[in-house]
Amino acid sequence: MSSSMSMQSASGFSSGTPGGGPNPADEQTEPASTLSIFALDYKKHEDIKHMLDSNKDNLKLEAMRRVIGMIAKGKDAADLFPAVVKNVVSKNMEVKKLVYVYLMRYAEEQQDLALLSIATFQRALKDPNQLIRASALRVLSSIRVPTIVTIMMLAIREAVYDMSPYVRKTAANAIAKLYALDPELKEELIAVIVKLLADKTILVNGSAVQAFEQVCPERIDLIHKNYRRLCNLLVDIDEWSQVTVLNMLTRYARTQFVDPNKTVEDDKNNFYGDENNSKEKSENDDEDSLEKRTYTMDSDHRLLLRCTKPLLQSRNSAVVMAVAQLYHYVAPRSEIHVIANALIRLLRHHREIQTIVLKCIASMAEKNKDIFGPFLKAFYVRSSDSSHVKRYKLEILTTLACATNISTVLRELQTYVLSPDKEFAAQTIHAIGRCASTIPEVTEACLNGLVGYMSKKDETIVAESVVVVKKLLQINPVQYGDIIKHIVRKVDKITVPQARASILWLIGEYSERISKLAPDVLRKMAKTFPDEEAIVKHQILNLAAKLYVMNAKQTHLLVQYVFNLAKYDTNYDTRDKARLLRALLFQADKCPALSKHAKKILLASKPAPLLESIVRNHDQYTLGTLSYVIGQTVPGYTDLPDYPLEPSDSSIRNVEVIRPSPSQDESPRKPSSSGKKKSTTDEKFYSDEEENDENEGTSTEGPDDEDEEDEEGDDDEESENEEEEKSDEDEDEDGEKPAKTINQTDEYEQLDARSPTVVDNHESSEENDTESEDEEETSASEDTTDGEGEEKIIEKHTLSFNKSPSNIAISGFSMATTTEKSIAEDDLEAFLGITTTSASNQQSTTKASVRDDLQNLESLSTPSTLTYIRQYECLNRMTGQGLQIQYRFPRTPFQRATNMVHIELTFTNTIPNNDIRSIKFIKSKSGVNIQGFSDIDQLPGGASIITSIGIDFNDTTQAASFDISIGGRQLATSISIPCHVGELFQPKFINEKDFNKSLSSLRGMHEITGTLNVNETQISKFNFTTIQTKVVQCANVSSVPSSSGDSTVYRFSGQTVSSKALVLIAIQLNMSRSTINLTLNSDRIILATMLLKEIQQAISTIS
Amino acid sequence: MIHSLFIINGAGDVFMEKHWKTVVGKSICDYFFEAQSKCANSEDVPPVIATPHHYLVNIFRNNLYFVAVLTNEVAPLFVIEFLHRIMDVFEYYFGECTETSLKDNYVVVYELLDEMLDSGLPLATETNILEELIKRPNIILKMTKLITGDDTNFGNTLPSSQLSNIPWRRMGIRYTNNEAYFDLIEEIDAIIDRNGVTVMCEIQGYIDCCIKLSGNPDLTLSFVNPRLLDDVSFHPCVRLKKWESERVLSFIPPDGNFRLISYHIGSQKCQSDAISIPIYVKHNIQFREGSSGRFELTVGPKQTMGKTLEAVVIECSMPKSVLNCTLTPTQGKCTFDPVKKILVWDIGKIESKTQAAARLPSLRGNIVLSTGQPLPESNPVLNVRFTLNQIAISGIRVQRVDMHGEKYKPFKGVKYITTVKNGRFQIQTKQNFSIPD
Repeated sequence: MSSSMSMQSASGFSSGTPGGGPNPADEQTEPASTLSIFALDYKKHEDIKHMLDSNKDNLKLEAMRRVIGMIAKGKDAADLFPAVVKNVVSKNMEVKKLVYVYLMRYAEEQQDLALLSIATFQRALKDPNQLIRASALRVLSSIRVPTIVTIMMLAIREAVYDMSPYVRKTAANAIAKLYALDPELKEELIAVIVKLLADKTILVNGSAVQAFEQVCPERIDLIHKNYRRLCNLLVDIDEWSQVTVLNMLTRYARTQFVDPNKTVEDDKNNFYGDENNSKEKSENDDEDSLEKRTYTMDSDHRLLLRCTKPLLQSRNSAVVMAVAQLYHYVAPRSEIHVIANALIRLLRHHREIQTIVLKCIASMAEKNKDIFGPFLKAFYVRSSDSSHVKRYKLEILTTLACATNISTVLRELQTYVLSPDKEFAAQTIHAIGRCASTIPEVTEACLNGLVGYMSKKDETIVAESVVVVKKLLQINPVQYGDIIKHIVRKVDKITVPQARASILWLIGEYSERISKLAPDVLRKMAKTFPDEEAIVKHQILNLAAKLYVMNAKQTHLLVQYVFNLAKYDTNYDTRDKARLLRALLFQADKCPALSKHAKKILLASKPAPLLESIVRNHDQYTLGTLSYVIGQTVPGYTDLPDYPLEPSDSSIRNVEVIRPSPSQDESPRKPSSSGKKKSTTDEKFYSDEEENDENEGTSTEGPDDEDEEDEEGDDDEESENEEEEKSDEDEDEDGEKPAKTINQTDEYEQLDARSPTVVDNHESSEENDTESEDEEETSASEDTTDGEGEEKIIEKHTLSFNKSPSNIAISGFSMATTTEKSIAEDDLEAFLGITTTSASNQQSTTKASVRDDLQNLESLSTPSTLTYIRQYECLNRMTGQGLQIQYRFPRTPFQRATNMVHIELTFTNTIPNNDIRSIKFIKSKSGVNIQGFSDIDQLPGGASIITSIGIDFNDTTQAASFDISIGGRQLATSISIPCHVGELFQPKFINEKDFNKSLSSLRGMHEITGTLNVNETQISKFNFTTIQTKVVQCANVSSVPSSSGDSTVYRFSGQTVSSKALVLIAIQLNMSRSTINLTLNSDRIILATMLLKEIQQAISTIS
Repeated sequence: MIHSLFIINGAGDVFMEKHWKTVVGKSICDYFFEAQSKCANSEDVPPVIATPHHYLVNIFRNNLYFVAVLTNEVAPLFVIEFLHRIMDVFEYYFGECTETSLKDNYVVVYELLDEMLDSGLPLATETNILEELIKRPNIILKMTKLITGDDTNFGNTLPSSQLSNIPWRRMGIRYTNNEAYFDLIEEIDAIIDRNGVTVMCEIQGYIDCCIKLSGNPDLTLSFVNPRLLDDVSFHPCVRLKKWESERVLSFIPPDGNFRLISYHIGSQKCQSDAISIPIYVKHNIQFREGSSGRFELTVGPKQTMGKTLEAVVIECSMPKSVLNCTLTPTQGKCTFDPVKKILVWDIGKIESKTQAAARLPSLRGNIVLSTGQPLPESNPVLNVRFTLNQIAISGIRVQRVDMHGEKYKPFKGVKYITTVKNGRFQIQTKQNFSIPD
C-alpha cells in the first residue's frame, strides 16, 4: 500500500510501548521503500513474537494491538498464528478478546493449529460467568473449521438450555454460522431452532427468527405456534431483529391468509391487476366489499397489521421500510395509505437511504397512485440532492401527475430544466414528455414548451427535446405539421447524434408533409455522411430509401450517391443496411415480391412508442430487497409467494396460553412489596398489560408516601398494619393456594388503594393556592384511560378527600378484630354516582382518581374510608372440574344497570397444566335479572381472571342462580349466589336535617326498634369509629354527619339497590343503663328487620 | 449478512478492513472505484453496486466511504442504516469520525466492530452497552493507564443492560445533580419563489435530550399541542402505545445525550396553520449585456414573534460567467469566492424592531461579467440561514415533564431553537419561461 499506510502503522505502534525497544528503528526505516518491507516485516514479526512470548501482560497486549493493526490494514499476519494462539488462555480480558479477533480472522487458514485453542473454548463454555460462556460460543462458532462441527453442534445444543438468555441468544446466532459450515446438519439445527423460537425471552426471539430465516425459511409451519406471540412482542424486539421478523411475517401472511383485496364475486386476484381495472374496482371495493372484508379477514391477519403499525414510527429506516413492505404486500388496499407518511419521513434521512426509499416509493406509486398523491411536494427536487435522488423524485412526480395537479407539476419541472445539472435537465424533458403522453389535456402545451427548448443554447437539452418531441409526434402526427417543419430546420444546428437521427427519421416518416424540404435535407446529409455517427448514417439511409419510394424522380441520383458512400463505410452494419435497401429499391428483378411492396415495408404505420418509466421492470422482485434495488437476482432471494386460495386453519396458531406475555406466568407470585415490584417493572418494560402494574409500582413508591402517612394520622397507620397482619392470618387459615393468591391481591389492593389517596390529598391542598406542577396527577389520571380500554373487571376504588377539620376525627377509625375481615365502604363515590371504573388484568389492580369531581365538591366533607371485602365461594373446584369461582361484593354501583348489585367473580383455574377454554355465561335460572360476564376464551392453568356481573335481587335475599358452560358443555350444577342483606343497600348521602325529615315520614309501620344490653366495659369502647366500622361491615350504608356534636346518637342512611327505598338507621347509646337502642326506618320492613339483627349482632361483638 | 467492511478515505485509499466471515480481497473495492470514477460528484455514487459475486453497499459521510460487502440477499436499507450506526458510534467514541481519529484508535475501532456484529449480524448497537464493554478513550482513561499501568480497554463485567428489556440504560447510574434538559430544535425547510410566495415549507423538528438522572427514572413528557405532531419517529425507549392512546411521551431515558423524537410537519400543515416564514429577502438582480450587472438584496424580519433573528447568512452561487462582484453591505461582511463563484453575506443579528426599511441590512453593488460569454440563463438561488432562539416556529410547546419511579426532584429544562440547515432554505430569484396552464 501507499506510504500513508506505513505512516499510519508507524503512528499506530508508537503509542507508548514500555518494552518496545526496537520499535523506533522500524519506524524510521519502514517508509523508506516498499522493497524492504518484507525483510522488515519478518523482523518485526520476530519482535512481536518475542513480546507475545513474554510473561508480562502489557507486553502481550501491545503485541496483540500491533497484530490487530496489521489485520486492520489488510496485511498478512498469518505467520504469527502459533504465537498468538498460545495467548488464548490469557487472563487479561483485552488480550483474550484480541486473540479471539485474530482467531476469527485466521483460523480458517490454519485449521490444524486452530484446533489447539478449542479446548480452551470448551472449558470456557462451562464458565460460571455468562459473558465468558457467550463469547466462547461466539468465537467457537465463528472460526469456521469444519473439523469441529460436532463440537459446535454440541455446544449449541447445550447453550440452548443455558440459564442466561444472553447465552441463548448467542446460540441462536451461532446456528446460522454452523449451517453455513455444514448444511447437512439442517435437521438437527431445526430442532434447536424450534426450541429457541418458543423461548420466553424477547432477547432470544429475534435471533431465533434470524436463524430460522437463514436455515429453514421454507419450514413456515414452525412459526404457527409462535405467530401470535411474535406479533405481540414485535415492538419490544431490538430494531435489527424487527426487520427480520417483519420480513418473515410478511412471508408468513402471504402463505397463511387469503388476499384481503379479493372479493367474493371477483375471484381473480387483482392485487396486481392493471390500473384501469383497479380503478373501477376500487369503488366497488371500498363500498360493498369493505364489510365482507372486515368479517372475512382472519383475526390473526388483523393482529399482524395492528401490531406492526406502531413500528412505522421507528427511527430505524430499515424497520419502517419493512413495515411498508408488509403493508404493501399484505394489507387491504384501503389501509395501505398509512405507510405514506412514514416513508416520506425517511426522505429526510441520509442520502443513501433516500435513494432506496425513493425507488421503492416509485414502484408503490405506480400501483397505488393515490396514497402518495397528497405528498406531491415532498418529491420536489432540490439542487443539493444527489443525482439518483433527483432521478427517482422526477420519476415519482411524473407518475403522480394527473389532470388535477399537472399544472403545478409542470411548473416545477420547468424550473428543473434550467438546472445546471444537464443530465438531470435532460431527464426532466423526458419526464415532461411522459406527462404529455399520459395526460391528453396538456399534450399540446407540453409540446409547445418542448419545441421552445429546442432553441436553447445547451445541446443536451435541445437533443433530448428533439428525441422526446419525435416520440410525441408519433402519437398524433397529423396535428403537428408545423412542429415537424420547425424541427427540420434545426437539423443543421443540432450535433448530438441521437437527436440528429431522430430528426432524420421524422423527415423520412413524414416526408409528404415537407416534400420540399426533405430532399434538401438529404442533400446536406449526403455531404456530411462520412463524418456522421453510425446511428445517424442509418437514419440517412432510411431517409434516402423513404424519399426514393415517395419521390424517385427528384432524389434518384442523391440516393444512389448515398448508397454508394454507405457501401464503402467502415461499419459493417451500415454496409449491410445499405445492401439490403439497395436490393429492395433498385434490384427489383432479384426479389420481385419484396420490391413490389417496398413502399409498404418502408412506410408501414408504426405504433407510437410508449414513454416508459426508468424504474420499470424491477417490480418482479420484492420491494426493498437487494435484488429489487440492483434489478437482478441475488443469491438467497426468494419471491414472495402468492396468497393461497384457502386460508389456513387459524387454530393451528392456538397456543396453550392466551396472551403469552410473561405477566401471566409471573402473576401468581407477584410480589406485593414495592421493592420487588420495581424489578418486575424493569423486566416487563413494554408489554402493555404491565402498564397498569407499572404505574401502581411507581406511585406506590412515590416520594409522597410519607406525606400521606402524616396526613392520615398515626392511628391509621397502626391500624393498617393490624389489618395486614390480620389478613395474613386469615390467608393461612384458608390454606388453599388459589385463595391465597386472591387474598394477596386484596392486601395488595389495599396498599395500592392508598396511593391515590395520597395524590388527591396532596393535589387538592396544593391546587388551592397555585397551579403548581404536581407529578403524580398524571399517573393517576392515566390509569383511568388505561383501564377503560379493557373490560375485565370493574374495580373498586377508594378515594379520599380533602377533609374539613371537623371530619378528621371521623376518618381515623380503627378496625377491631373480628372473625370476619373488616369492611369499609366507599360512600362518597356512591353518593356522587361517579362511575369511575378501571379494569385491569387478573390480580393487578388499578386505581383511579376523580379529581375533577372532587374539586367541585370540595366543600362537602366526607369521611375517608377503606374498603375491605369478604370473598365467598360459589363454585368449588371439585364440582367445577378444576374451575373455582369466588364472588364478592365490591360495593360500587354496577355500570350497566343501576338497579343491580355489583358482584365480582374470580375465576381460578386450579389445575396447573391444563387450560380451561371458553367459559360462557348462559342464562339466569330463577327468572332473576342478571347481567352476565363476557366470555372468557381461555384460562391458563393456575391463573385467575376477575370479571363482574350485576344481579337485580329485587330487594329480597333470595339467592340468584345461573348456568355457565365450560368448553361448550353446560355445567351440571348451576351457580347460586345468595345475597347478604347488607349488600342490598347502597349508601345514600344525606345530612342530619334531611335525615330527620325522612324519618318523620317513615314512622309507625315502617319503624322497627331493638335494644341491646351491654356491660359497662363494653360501652366505654363505643365510639363513632367502632360503631361505624361495624355498621358498615354489615351493610353498605353511609354515616350521617352529626351537627349537634351529640356523641350518643349515630345515624346512618342508605337505600335499596333495586327500588331505591330509603333506609335510616339510628343507634343511640344509653350510657347510664348500658343499653343501646337501635332504630331502623324503612318501608322495606322485612329487610329492615333482617338488617337490624345483623347490626345488633355485629355491635355486640365490640369489646 | 455483512461479510466485510472496507473504510476508504477521500483519496481512495482503503485504510481499514474488517472481515466477519471469509476474507474478501481488497481488490473488490476496484468495482467501487470504477463506479466512483463514473460519478462527477462523490455523493452520486450509487449506494448499491453489483459485482459478479458480491454486492457492495456504501455510504459516504465525513469524506469517508464505508463499503460493506454482501453475498446474500439482505435488505439494503438494513445495511445502510447499520453503516450509519457504526459511524454514529465512532463519532460518539472519538468525538469525530475521520481518517485520523480512526487510525489513532484502530484497536478500539476493531474491538467495536467486533462487538457490533457477530458474523455479520448486528449484536450490540446501543452506545451505553458498548461503553460498558469497551471504554471510551479519553484523557482520564489515558491518565489512569499511565499511573496504574493497567492498560486495558475492556470492562470485565457483562453489561447488565444487555440482558434487560431496557437495553439503552445502564444500571446503577448515580448523579449528585439530577438534571434533564430538552432541546427542541426545528429546522425550516422552504422554497420561496421570486414573488415571495412560499412554494414549499416544511419543518423538521427534533427533541435532543441530555438526561443526567440517577436510578431508573420514568419520564413523561406532554405537549401543549400534540396534534401538530402526526409524523413522528421515536427513540426505542418511547412507549409507542402510550403515544398512540394519549399523545404523551412516556419513556425510561437512556443516560446522557440522545435524540428522543424527530418529527416532521409537512407542507399542508405549515400552510393551513399559517406557519409564517420569519424572514424575507427583497432582491433585484440584473445581468446586462456589456459585461456588467446590478445586484441588490435587502433582508428583513417578518413575524418573528418578538425574537431576534440571529446568525443570518445569505449564500448565493453565481453563474459561471460572473467574474467578480463589488458589493457593499450596510451590515455584516460580504465575501465572494471568484473560483467557486460563491457569494457569502454574513449579516449576523437582525433586530425585530428595525422595521424601518432604511435600517434593514442591505447589500448593493455591481457584478462584473466575463466578456464574450452569453448572459446567464437563470438567476442565482439564494440560500438563507438563520437562527431564532427561544421559539419553535411550528408553535409546539412542551407542557410538562413528569418523573416517576425515583424520589428526588430533578431539574428540568426545555430550550427552543428554530434554525435552518445549510441549503434547505432557498429563495428563487427569477422565474423563467412558463407554459400556459
